[in-house]
Amino acid sequence: MGLDIRTPIGLMFSVLGLILAGFGLIGSREIYGKSLGINVNLWWGIVLLAFGAMMLVFGLRTSKAQAEAERVEH
Amino acid sequence: MNLTPIDWTIMLVYFAFVLGIGVALKRFMKTSTDFLLAGRSIPAWICGLAFISANLGAQEVIGMAASGAKYGIATSHFYWIGAIPAMVFVGVFMMPFYYGSRARSVPEYLRLRFDEKTRALNAISFATMTVFSSGISMYAMAKLIQILHIFDRPFAAMGLPPSAVFHFSIILSAAIVLAYIFLGGLASAIYNEVLQFFLIVAGFLPLVYLGLKNLGGWDGLKAQLPSSYTHSWAGMGSAQTNPLGVEAFGLIMGLGFVLSFGYWCTDFLVVQRAMAAHNMSAARRTPLIAAFPKMVFPFLVILPGLIAIALPNPTQTAAVAGTAVVGEQQAGKGLIPAKLDEQTGQPRLDAQGKPVLDYDLAIPQMLLHYFPTGLLGLGLTALLASFMSGMAGNVTAFNTVWTYDIYQSYINKNASDAHYLWMGRMATVFGIALSVLAAYAATRFNNIMDMLQLVFAFVNAPLFATFLLGMFWKRTTGHGAFVGLVSGTLAAALHHGLTLPIGASVGIKGGWLGSIHSYPSEMAQNFWTAIWAWSTCFVVTIIISMFTRPRPDSELRGLVYSLTERPRDEHLAWYMRPATLGAIVLAVAVVLNIIFW
Repeated sequence: MGLDIRTPIGLMFSVLGLILAGFGLIGSREIYGKSLGINVNLWWGIVLLAFGAMMLVFGLRTSKAQAEAERVEH
Repeated sequence: MNLTPIDWTIMLVYFAFVLGIGVALKRFMKTSTDFLLAGRSIPAWICGLAFISANLGAQEVIGMAASGAKYGIATSHFYWIGAIPAMVFVGVFMMPFYYGSRARSVPEYLRLRFDEKTRALNAISFATMTVFSSGISMYAMAKLIQILHIFDRPFAAMGLPPSAVFHFSIILSAAIVLAYIFLGGLASAIYNEVLQFFLIVAGFLPLVYLGLKNLGGWDGLKAQLPSSYTHSWAGMGSAQTNPLGVEAFGLIMGLGFVLSFGYWCTDFLVVQRAMAAHNMSAARRTPLIAAFPKMVFPFLVILPGLIAIALPNPTQTAAVAGTAVVGEQQAGKGLIPAKLDEQTGQPRLDAQGKPVLDYDLAIPQMLLHYFPTGLLGLGLTALLASFMSGMAGNVTAFNTVWTYDIYQSYINKNASDAHYLWMGRMATVFGIALSVLAAYAATRFNNIMDMLQLVFAFVNAPLFATFLLGMFWKRTTGHGAFVGLVSGTLAAALHHGLTLPIGASVGIKGGWLGSIHSYPSEMAQNFWTAIWAWSTCFVVTIIISMFTRPRPDSELRGLVYSLTERPRDEHLAWYMRPATLGAIVLAVAVVLNIIFW
């Protein structure tokens, strides 16, 4: 299929990571009693963002290389 | 439950991407092969993740955590014994015939290898099964949404009655799954399964981390539980000394051989993912790549169950008060609440006067216990995603079998490909409509659903004997296969009718023909039903084959082991070779079994 799945995965996890980390930064600290005092939104948001960015880089690099290859062929 | 806008946003982002993938794939759907087989163009790692994800429906996630809370780490047998060896076998030995024969489905392979009647038997029973499984998945999801009160607040705000939540959940899940499969077919289902795979990991990993940290790591968890909970093999020598109530032979033969190989090697729902791969070597690597995450999944889905049962009762710890799903908690154990009697509202008690625990709530309770708003949205989204991928897997398997093995084979043989593409889309629509009906049937006739699942178990149990003989013994005939399958199914029914687990009453649990043997547990009975069905099918198929005329060798090329050229993989790097990968997978599985002995 002509769609590289890594691009949507990367996009989605970047967006989710930004939302979570952003909320962890500006939101109230009181809600983290449940999670043993750890600001899980911030930390896990950063992890998801890093994963998303990595997938996005791989996905875009491959599709760029493919587009390049097609341009050379034509 | 209090969901805040941040949780809703996360859920909406996920659904937007799910539908977006369907829309993005729509323009590639030009032929029925594109739609029903994803154009056989998917890379191995994507097929591999979809291969386990299709099986990782919510029943699996919720059920394995429930089983972890009930039986402990012994639940990992369903992975390390009950999946890994079969996944290696299908990749290394069977995929050359499935993929190499160019069959478009598992029933079609049976048509090529045996005859029309064997295919019809398999296609019709499989299609019926997928519709009901998808319906049951839908029902379970709507029920869970109702119990967790996820949509109660927005519904109350809109002035709708709480009872509408159930109908809304059914319609919403049906509409979303319909939309993305109708647009992008199997490719869309596979891509979304990969998305869902990562989402489940993202949603459950922090849960396990927080739970273990809270209890003081693995050693802290062990200290809270009886030792049988943290050992998978100790006590397996006899059914009386382990929590599963099964002895090692029944476990290895019943679960590890018959049931596991019957599912992973012959069920089109999973095999279809490998058939979508872009070449033979990718198709063979699909189940092997899938085996790696499958091996570590027990830590993701079984551990939350163990943690939930090991935690101190929340009513006794002030920090977590008010997080319980079900108000009355006293009768529960750890985070697991007791089942409540619907009439009296009191905890239900078993024969010994102990409360019956609602193990299925292990995962939801854990999510509510540890996750603050934000991460809670992510966890719930992961749970909803797994319900939907379970449905989608069944629907894509149904539309392929319906279009190629039923419609094209028996109803309309010589139509254009455009017509079959259209039929594939229509099958998606009425497959989902039938699932909705099945979901509502489940609300009314719970026993009928249990009975259907029992019948499906009878039909599935002997299947692997047919494939094993068909692929590795060229003398096997179509008559032999057909009669073998029917006798295997009958043997399963007969065995179930004549035996009963200890303490169960006659009826759906067995013994309806008179009880001549009793098993220490329901699980032992299931495993032995499968063993009897498989052995009967195996023996009958051989006997009938000896008395009927085999097909000439020339017709069996590419379908039988001795008449098929081995796929060459010398040109591949070592980590791409199926046999090498298979050996690594098996070695890691052995190590895991030893560590958690």
